[in-house]
This record gives sequence, structure tokens and C-alpha cells, in this order.
Amino acid sequence: MANIEIDAPGTTQLFIGNEAIARGALEAGIGFAAAYPGTPSSEIISSLAQVAKEMGIYAEWSVNEKVAMEAAAGASFAGIRALAAMKQNGINVVFDFLANLVMSGIGKGGLVLVSCDDPSAISSSNEQDTQPIAKWLDIPLVEPGDFQEAKDMTKWLFELSEEIGTLFMLRSVTRIAHARGNAKLDELPKREQRTYFDQIHDLKSVMPTTFMPIPSPLRHFFLHMKMDKTREKFEASRFNQYVGPEKVDLLIITCGSCWLYSQDAVKALKLEAKVGILKLGTLWPLPEKFVESHLNKSQKVLFVEEIDPFLERSIMELVASLPSTSPRPTFHGKRSGHINAYGELNPDLVIKAISNILGLTYQSRDAEYSGEAEAVAKSHVPERSMTFCAGCPHRATFWAIKNALKLDGRGGVVTGDIGCYSMALGPAGFFQVRTMHCMGGGAGVANGLGKLGQFGFNQPVLAVVGDSTFYHATIPALINGIYNQSDFILVILDNSATAMTGFQPHPGTGMTAMGKPTKVISMEALCRSLGARVEVCDPFNLKHTTNTLLDMMAEGGGAKVAVMRRQCELVRGKKEKPPYKVQVDTEKCIGEACGCDRLCTRVFLCPGLIWDKKAGKSKIDEVICTGCGVCTDICPQGAITKEAA
Amino acid sequence: MTTKQLVKDPLNLIITGVGGQGNVMISLIIGNALVREGYFVTVGETYGASQRGGPVMSHLRISKENQYSPFIPDGRADIILGMEPVETLRMLGRYGNPNVLTIINPRPIYSIDVTGGQAEYPDLGKLVQTVKKLSAKTWVINATEEAQKMGSPMFANAILVGTVIGSGVLPLNKKVVEPVLRETFPKEIEANLLAFNKGIALVKQ
Repeated sequence: MANIEIDAPGTTQLFIGNEAIARGALEAGIGFAAAYPGTPSSEIISSLAQVAKEMGIYAEWSVNEKVAMEAAAGASFAGIRALAAMKQNGINVVFDFLANLVMSGIGKGGLVLVSCDDPSAISSSNEQDTQPIAKWLDIPLVEPGDFQEAKDMTKWLFELSEEIGTLFMLRSVTRIAHARGNAKLDELPKREQRTYFDQIHDLKSVMPTTFMPIPSPLRHFFLHMKMDKTREKFEASRFNQYVGPEKVDLLIITCGSCWLYSQDAVKALKLEAKVGILKLGTLWPLPEKFVESHLNKSQKVLFVEEIDPFLERSIMELVASLPSTSPRPTFHGKRSGHINAYGELNPDLVIKAISNILGLTYQSRDAEYSGEAEAVAKSHVPERSMTFCAGCPHRATFWAIKNALKLDGRGGVVTGDIGCYSMALGPAGFFQVRTMHCMGGGAGVANGLGKLGQFGFNQPVLAVVGDSTFYHATIPALINGIYNQSDFILVILDNSATAMTGFQPHPGTGMTAMGKPTKVISMEALCRSLGARVEVCDPFNLKHTTNTLLDMMAEGGGAKVAVMRRQCELVRGKKEKPPYKVQVDTEKCIGEACGCDRLCTRVFLCPGLIWDKKAGKSKIDEVICTGCGVCTDICPQGAITKEAA
Repeated sequence: MTTKQLVKDPLNLIITGVGGQGNVMISLIIGNALVREGYFVTVGETYGASQRGGPVMSHLRISKENQYSPFIPDGRADIILGMEPVETLRMLGRYGNPNVLTIINPRPIYSIDVTGGQAEYPDLGKLVQTVKKLSAKTWVINATEEAQKMGSPMFANAILVGTVIGSGVLPLNKKVVEPVLRETFPKEIEANLLAFNKGIALVKQ
């Protein structure tokens, strides 16, 4: 991770977008930062937490996004500049609070929400655009077009937020958040921050000291005034710019990472003299005069933006409201089908759209080479499906679940959740999981399935959930199951980290974001206090885990909890050497002649186990194997052996 | 500091391999060294959800003039650093061209599709020949094998950084990269410097 607190104004650093945002917050004199981890947003808080002590600020991993946003608002109410960061799904979690916060207004401390969208859902359950949410709730919205802007915009938003008195949102996408680029640093403020929550009952005071969304119609009116004031600021923003000649054959209107794709495309096509780019950094409220003043550049407009047609629709709305004498170019974009209305974009897709509109042909490389390279890659490059890491405890857990359900024989159903273990929908987890939606959603769905006994439903129901997800959104679903006597087993996959997003600590780990020891909130003590039967298993003990699950399924009678406890292999592997040296005894492995039909390599699918085609036997890849030794228990011949390393 | 003109602007480098091999580490070392030399560098990475075990690539766009996008357009790679053989071929298939320079570590990492029997891993000798045919110049560097001799396959990263520097395909020299290596591997710096120099030596053989 880059050093975001480096006190070297004027120097240029290589930052991922998230680090640039964190640096911008530091340069703005932020005091408080909170988030729940979620790709691609996590590095904003991790990099702030890393320097928090040194910089005299506070940063936390909150239990979920709603609490993170509310905590940040609390700091703002007391006059401290605060930031909350989350991925698109987090915005859904915090939606109710946001809808009220826009009405109440913020405190004396500027308040910024960073929303990181994930076009193509590369690391997400869903593809979703949060730009329309800002428009819907009247939250001023900006989007950086590169790494420098990510830093500079964040810094600027704190000033604006305090001046206007409302929450500002910065939307980023994976290819800014997780890409790296140049950012030139400014000064870091040096001041001690003290605060006091003023409680003067003066309704005429310009700055409120009571924060509430009522009386709503009046507050709503004030909010619209704030939006009008913001629009004036946005009209003059340096983050909006036009690049190109006065008159062009095609005007591209774009924002965010698509600004980079559009520039690449125009350069690749050598169309700098014929295609202009109007890049917007301030998206909502739309800087209408600025946009209108550029609509006469061309008869043809192409909107280049990711996921929803946000600018396309907003600018069409604007044009519809202009006098009939105003320029009315032909619009191309998602509505016309020139730009995909789903999935992320890239320079090639923009090249294709421009070529299509202007009737050009584009060749990326020598045609003969292209044909050969594509054909060879197609015929010679095998698939590489996602899987659990070698030594991952989840593989063992799902092996036990698969066997327990088979032995039980009633066709047990497993509901899933959000985390590495979502891969159990596929071969990595032996296709055991049947549902996957949002954080905590699997346990909620299990509540419904577990109450279907009166309709003849007798299949056991298991809800698998990660440890961090348990604290985030699963506890209400468990309480519901115990209270309403729903028959399901909540299987908590406790690998002692928020593994998928980068091993962040959570309430069960005894450590805060800033590295301070804290109380461990024991999941088994919590669940027992609710009256549930709780069992704790080590998933590497396949036999005990399988038998425990079988016993719990047979018992019935309301929600129960099974904790599968084993540290994430990537965390363990950083601190310790492999516990075992695992080998295949080539005498005992009888390969295809064994009735197991290659159980180890064909079914168990640990990447540390490979198939030696020449010998017709199983083999350990010593570069990949982490020495967990679980595979020694699955080989029917006992051909896989382990000895203490 | 005067930033040198590039042989081509932007210069497009792809680092490819399998999740967990150290793609991001290599792109960070090279990217940081280039920024210190005054270039605009944009690095696009595929990582996130459980990319360990999946195909990964880093796109580095190097320019004296502009901040380019984190995606190299199809067919426009100038250099491919392949940490795994079939992943190298995957990249040539989409981003290669008759002028591309390729460094390949010929140590396969089998996917679960291959071990599970749904896919076939091609013959390694033929694979390397195909890579050579699709590249203007190819360096075959047994980085994993050399790293294992040094005590850990993880030293393959420093070896491969060495091969990139030693091959002269980037406007970087040893003097610029060494301090970045020291910052990246503060604990095991001596072994990593040894690996880095090994990489330089291997590419010059």
C-alpha cells in the first residue's frame, strides 16, 4: 500500500484511486472516517486507518455501511469533517438514513460519501449504478476522471459540503478505484482539532444544532435551494472541460473512467481534429449552462458512460426544456444501442461506437497475425475457473456439508451469502449453494424455507454465512428464526477475517481498524444468549464436522448455529510455515484403476493437487500446496500422506 | 530530472499470470520506478473477488505526455511479461501483434478445469514455440525453477523484475529500481536483490 501521509507537497506519487481519495481527505483536514469493507472501495479506509494515529484522525471498520454513514454524520454534527466509503451494495444498506439526512442537513463539519460502483460486477453480486440514487435523493454528485481528480475532488467536496450544508457524494468505479496513476500532492494541514456539540435552541440560527428531517415539506424546499446553490458552483468547476476544435463531426459527452477510454479511442482513431470530448466531473445537479454552451459543437452527440445512461437521460431532459431555437443534435448512446447498457466499457468499445457512427473501419493489428493469434489462443488456452485457494477452510466445510446432506438423504438445501464462499455456487464448493443475493440474505431466505413444514416440506435447510457477514446483517435473521421457530442451521464460516476484501478485522477478531486491541464479540456466546443450540467445529476435522451437521439436521426444532472455525489460509500462510509436507504415495495411488474416479483431482479440486498424465496418478504441486493435509482424509486408498513439516 | 523520450508513446506493458503469483507486486515496483523517472503511468489490474487461482493481468501504460486509460486496446501490447505459459498465450491472442516482445516463465499452474479433466493443458514445448512464433522476440526465463533453487518460489517476482530491467525494454535501469525493491521487500531485501540480479543475468545469457 502506498504511503498516503507522505509530507512532500509538489511530488508525484503512484496511487490507486482509493488511495488518492484518502489522500484528498487528509489534505482537507478530515477528522473521522468510517466504512464497511467492500470491493472496490476498501482501500480508502484501510489506508486512512494505517496513518490515523500519526495524523491525529479516527478511522474505523463499522459493523455495516449504515452504521458507518451514521457515525460519520455524528462527527459532522459535532463539527468534524467526516467521510464514509462503501461499494454500491452499501449504498442500498444506508439508503434509509440518507433519505432522512438530506432533509436534516449536516453539521459544521463537511460530510462526504464515497460510492464505488463495480461495472460488470467483477467483485460483486450485482451490477448497479449509484448515480441515479444521488439524483433521486438530491445528493450533489461528482465523479473523478483520473487519479489526480480523485484526490483533488475529495478535498474540494469538504469545502463545498460545509458551505452548502449538505452531504456530497463522490462516485468512483473499479477502474479508477483499483487502477493506479499519477497524483501530485498538496500540503497536509497541521492543526489540532477540538470539538463540542453545541445545543443552542435557536431556530433562526443559520447552522442547525438540532438535526431532524421535519417539518419535511419545508426541509425539502431548503434542500432544493441547496441544490440550486450547488449547481452554480458546478457551472464554474474546473473538473468540467471540453477538449477539441470549435466544430466537430462528433461530440462525445462522458465522465469518470470513460473520459480516459474516450481519449484513448480518439487517439487510436487519430480523430483529434474531428471528434471533441465534453468531460463532466460534476454530474448532479447538472451544470446546465455549461452543457448547453457546448451542444452546438456538433450535429451528433455520443454519450460514453458506464452502467446506467445517467448523463444521457439528464441531458435529454435538459434539451427537452430548452427553447426550440436551441441546438438539437442527434443523440447516440445506450438508447440507440451504440454503447452497451450493461457491463463495463473499455477503449475498444468506444472505438467501435465512434467508427459505427462515423462510418469508419478500424484495424487493431495485422489481419493475418490477428487470425492466427486468436485461433491459437482459442484452441490452446484452457479455462481457469475461480476456486478456493489451496488450504482454504471453506473447501473442507463444503466437503463436509456435501457429505452430511448426502448421508441425511432428504435433499437438504443450502442458502448462500456474500463472500469468498459465494463460489460454492460452482465447482469450488461442489455446487452446494442454491441462493445468493445480499449481505445476510441467505439467512433471511432460510427463515422462509424453515417454516414450510405445514406444506409437506421436510428438506433440511442450511444457511452459510461468513463471520464478518454474520455481524453485518445476519443477527436479525437469526433472532427471527429463533423467535418464530424456523427450522434451519446457520453455518457461520469463521475464518477470522473479512477475507474477500483484504482481511480486514471485524467485531469477532479483537482488533480495530487502527490496530488497537478491543473486546472480542464472541459469536457463539451471542448466539447461545439468544437460546440457540451452538456447535463449534474445525472444518479440517471432516468426520466431526460431518457428524455434527448430521446430528443437528436430525434434531429439528428451530434455528441452530454451527460455527466452522479455521483461520483464512492466506492470513495463516503469512505468519507460519506449512504444517505438513503432503505427498502422494505412488505405490498406493492406483490412478484410473481405483474406483474413486479421481476423487482428489476431479471432485475435491484443490489447486495443490494435480494429475500426472504420464504416470496416470495424482501428484502434489509443491509450489501451490500449503500443507493443510485435508486431502489425506479424502483418498479412499490412503495414498496421500502427510508428515509434520 | 529529464524524462527520456519513449521509443513509442504510450508504451504498453502487460504482466500476466495466475492470482497469487505476484502480478500486483511486480506492477507496483515497475510503476513506482517509472513515476520516479517522471513518466505518467496508469496501471490497470484484475483483482478483487478471489482472484487467487484465476487468470490475472496488469496493464501498464507508460507515457511522457498523458495519463492513459487502465486498458490497453486489443492488439496494442508492446511487451508481455508472462509468469505462466498459457496465460502468456491468452494475452498474445488478444493483445499481441507482430512487434510484441515477450518474456515467459515456462512453469505451468494447472487450473481446476485441467485437473478436473474438463480442459486440456497444451504440450509445453509446443506452447513455447507458439509464443515465439507470435512474438518479435522472446526470452524464456525459468524464474520459478531458479527461485526454488534460492529457497522459495516467491523469489520468482524479483527475478522477473530483473529480466524486464535487464532486457532493456523499459526506460529503467538497475539504479532506479533497487531503491524501490528495498522499499517493497524491507524484510528479505538481500535475497530479493540477489534474485533481481539473477534475473538480469539470466536475460543477458
